[in-house]
Amino acid sequence: MIKKVRSHVSQNEPLIFEVSSPGKAAYQLPPLDVPAVDPGSALGPQNVRADIDGFPEVSEVEAIRHFTRLSTHNYAIDYGLYPLGSCTMKYNPRVNEVAARLEGLAWAHPYQPDELVQGALEILARLEAALIEITGMDAVTLQPAAGAHGELTGLLLIRAALEARGNPRKKVLIPDSAHGTNPATVTMAGYVCQNIASNDRGMVDVEALARTVDEDVAALMVTNPNTLGVFEVNIRRIAEILHEKGAMVYMDGANMNALTGLARPGDFGVDVMHLNLHKTFSTPHGGGGPGAGPVAVKRHLEPFLPVPRLVGASGRRRWDYDRPQSIGRVRAFYGNFGVLVRALAYILAHGGEGLRRATLDAILNATYVRKRLEPYYELPHREPTMHECVFSDSRQACHGVRTGDIAKRLIDYGFHPYTVSFPLIVPGAMMIEPTETESKQELDLFIDALIAIAREAEENPELVKTAPHATRVRRVDEVTAARKPILRWRPL
Amino acid sequence: MRYLPHSDEERRQMLAACGLESEADLYRQLPPEVRLERPLELPPGLSEYEILEYFRARAAENVAGYPSFLGAGVYYHYRPVLVDVVLSRGEFLTSYTPYQAEISQGTLTAIFEFQTLMCQLTGMEVANASVYDGSTAVPEAALMAMRLTRRERVVAARTLHPEYREVLRTYGRSQGVEIEEFGYQPELGSADLDELADKVDERTAAVILQRPNFFGVIEPVREAAEIAHRRGALLVVIFSEAVSLGLLAPPVEADIVAGELQSFAIAPSYGGPFAGVIATKEKYVRQLPGRLVGQTTDAAGNRAFCLTLSTREQHIRREKATSNICTNQNLIALAATVFLTVYGRRGLRELAEQNLAKAHYLAGRLPRRFAGPFFNEFVARAPASSPEEINRRLLERRILGGLPLGRYYPELADCLLLCATEMSRKQDMDAVAEVFSGR
Repeated sequence: MIKKVRSHVSQNEPLIFEVSSPGKAAYQLPPLDVPAVDPGSALGPQNVRADIDGFPEVSEVEAIRHFTRLSTHNYAIDYGLYPLGSCTMKYNPRVNEVAARLEGLAWAHPYQPDELVQGALEILARLEAALIEITGMDAVTLQPAAGAHGELTGLLLIRAALEARGNPRKKVLIPDSAHGTNPATVTMAGYVCQNIASNDRGMVDVEALARTVDEDVAALMVTNPNTLGVFEVNIRRIAEILHEKGAMVYMDGANMNALTGLARPGDFGVDVMHLNLHKTFSTPHGGGGPGAGPVAVKRHLEPFLPVPRLVGASGRRRWDYDRPQSIGRVRAFYGNFGVLVRALAYILAHGGEGLRRATLDAILNATYVRKRLEPYYELPHREPTMHECVFSDSRQACHGVRTGDIAKRLIDYGFHPYTVSFPLIVPGAMMIEPTETESKQELDLFIDALIAIAREAEENPELVKTAPHATRVRRVDEVTAARKPILRWRPL
Repeated sequence: MRYLPHSDEERRQMLAACGLESEADLYRQLPPEVRLERPLELPPGLSEYEILEYFRARAAENVAGYPSFLGAGVYYHYRPVLVDVVLSRGEFLTSYTPYQAEISQGTLTAIFEFQTLMCQLTGMEVANASVYDGSTAVPEAALMAMRLTRRERVVAARTLHPEYREVLRTYGRSQGVEIEEFGYQPELGSADLDELADKVDERTAAVILQRPNFFGVIEPVREAAEIAHRRGALLVVIFSEAVSLGLLAPPVEADIVAGELQSFAIAPSYGGPFAGVIATKEKYVRQLPGRLVGQTTDAAGNRAFCLTLSTREQHIRREKATSNICTNQNLIALAATVFLTVYGRRGLRELAEQNLAKAHYLAGRLPRRFAGPFFNEFVARAPASSPEEINRRLLERRILGGLPLGRYYPELADCLLLCATEMSRKQDMDAVAEVFSGR
């Protein structure tokens, strides 16, 4: 019996190009109050385009129906639990949307002189201060546009600091449980990536690490808690090992939702880290961006932060471009300001005590899900859970049912799947992060669904392997999509 | 805390179900030496009303609502109401990356439309699902050209947005990219093609040109392409004013077209979030960074969409990926898709023509610095006073002037970059002309 959903008529919708017909319009411009200019004579006829063949032509009502109908083909946090491990899909407070759209913020131009944007600068200063307090670091740049962009910024800071000491070094160490962005970032920063194996507790093997770190190692990139949801209990010792050899510790802050208010990376030896404001600080994922990936550093890396730097006291804040040791800009302007506004609104809503409460509830929810599902699914690592837990499909796999199948079957029960097949160190991984904004009732429905699927895997594996059955499209053929790529619509 | 659903009683029940005695047991694994043993020094949580009060007060400390002639990569265009209506739908706003295609067809379909619109506008054959912004699209396009040509030198126009060039240098430094710049013709304000021809050689991976360029001048794409291609280099055309694509011939001679989409219904928002895009020829798609959506079918034979060609990407290829980019700028790309749907085939052209007319009206009343053809931005010389003085006097009339160029181009220290769009009113442009003429 599926309690959360029942079937519902859902509207079909063609592509906008197929809805389109010549002569329709959803716009009206005001009359021109200056003389019209002939494009050919102003720009030169060779510079003027012909008509855009196949461009949409629809009325306003057709436009709104098109996008509304498409929207109903998505699952969303607003529908229910979205337990993607490592993605921290928590509730997105709507007041944050209102704040970011206030005219004085949304219509501020980045080239307005500093004295005409003191309100915007005050918001940025307040957010920087809050993030410094939360992380225990000494300085923050808000410029990076996303987590991976923050990673690149962080490694460029390390490279610049090591260069200033005379040798940028060659390698960056990465645990085998890391996100894929970590090794890709290492390459972009001009380093060579060296993987280090986890021990049987799912943590960095401290002795193996000590043997590996030498004068060629620039840094270790570590996610803490790691992607198993386990806190690296030896983090202090790990940092010492790196520091003794003149290397640094980069912390991927993707899982900061588990630590906020409980522990601070700046207090356990981290030199540089990024935060994903779209995870820990609830700015909406929007189907994949925009996010923001501020980077926090200890004092010794501050001279290398991207320009410009925000300086000055309240009411007299300004951008300082005179930073000779800076790595330069990592993007135009000052960062994803609209996302930063939303993150500050989230922090203001919680306050210090509220942030800690959110962390405790996030751990409680993950621990509760783990406890209740342990009888039904294999738990390969048994260290205490922080914000997420990772099961394996090994008990179901003997019936031919794999993690991807269980995930698809969850859709029929009205839930978004967990993260499938990651981290790579757990074969058949099922990575579950409920977040703190899920009620016990919603968690119980989810747990019941997974228990029911475990039974189905034994009694009727075919049902699970061919799921989903209740969606408007059935299992999608991703293999053909990659083999014969069709990446745009074309007129017949 | 109103965002947290548990009652205290439920917390107790759940702790008990977990076999834990107290909340402190939840973080028993944290070694004592890493624990924060004091409360965070942040003020108590605020109500919704107080939050809005705080941000309204900050918003009031910014100058807002003044007529403005600032452009330089961020443009004031009207945002149709429909854009925020669509963006505010929770199904778009609060969903994740569409990895689970069966319950993400809304996002996937919209992105497929976005990719198509980008191809139609740029004249390219494939476009990605967007990247962070225009400035970061530049190094990504340059690195892509380097992989395609197996060369390590990049030649960029000095008329490329100065901040885009800074970002290119930051990315390039760690990868050993050799970046050289070529200048502009002092009378026309467009690229100096002779200097370009001198600087392109057999080691050049890409020539990077912006159109319209930072001065608003239309660059000669075809001629630049010939110079690049003669030496086996690729031409990368960058745009920062996307509305220009509604009127300008698509840069089909380019190998890669990349740019900033802020003009398509994205509020200036003090510089972000925006979205960039990279488009190219089909034969180069394997080296294209960023997400891609493709068309396929489901098990019942229905048309469906999914993320595809992910073997280029970091979550599969790790250190061998085309880029470390993970996300696109999905919601912003959706805004652009709604905007282009609202304006459509005739509307985008009409909008671009209004921009052209407004900018030419204003430019006709000011001392223009460059003679090259321009779209909606141009450089004006401040006669007998400094650019800062012009802006100060405009501000007295509650008008935001242009961007003084001295910081970026010392030789243009007496000049301002001004932009007029469909939102610029004749009376305000007349006021600018008055201030320039010293009245």
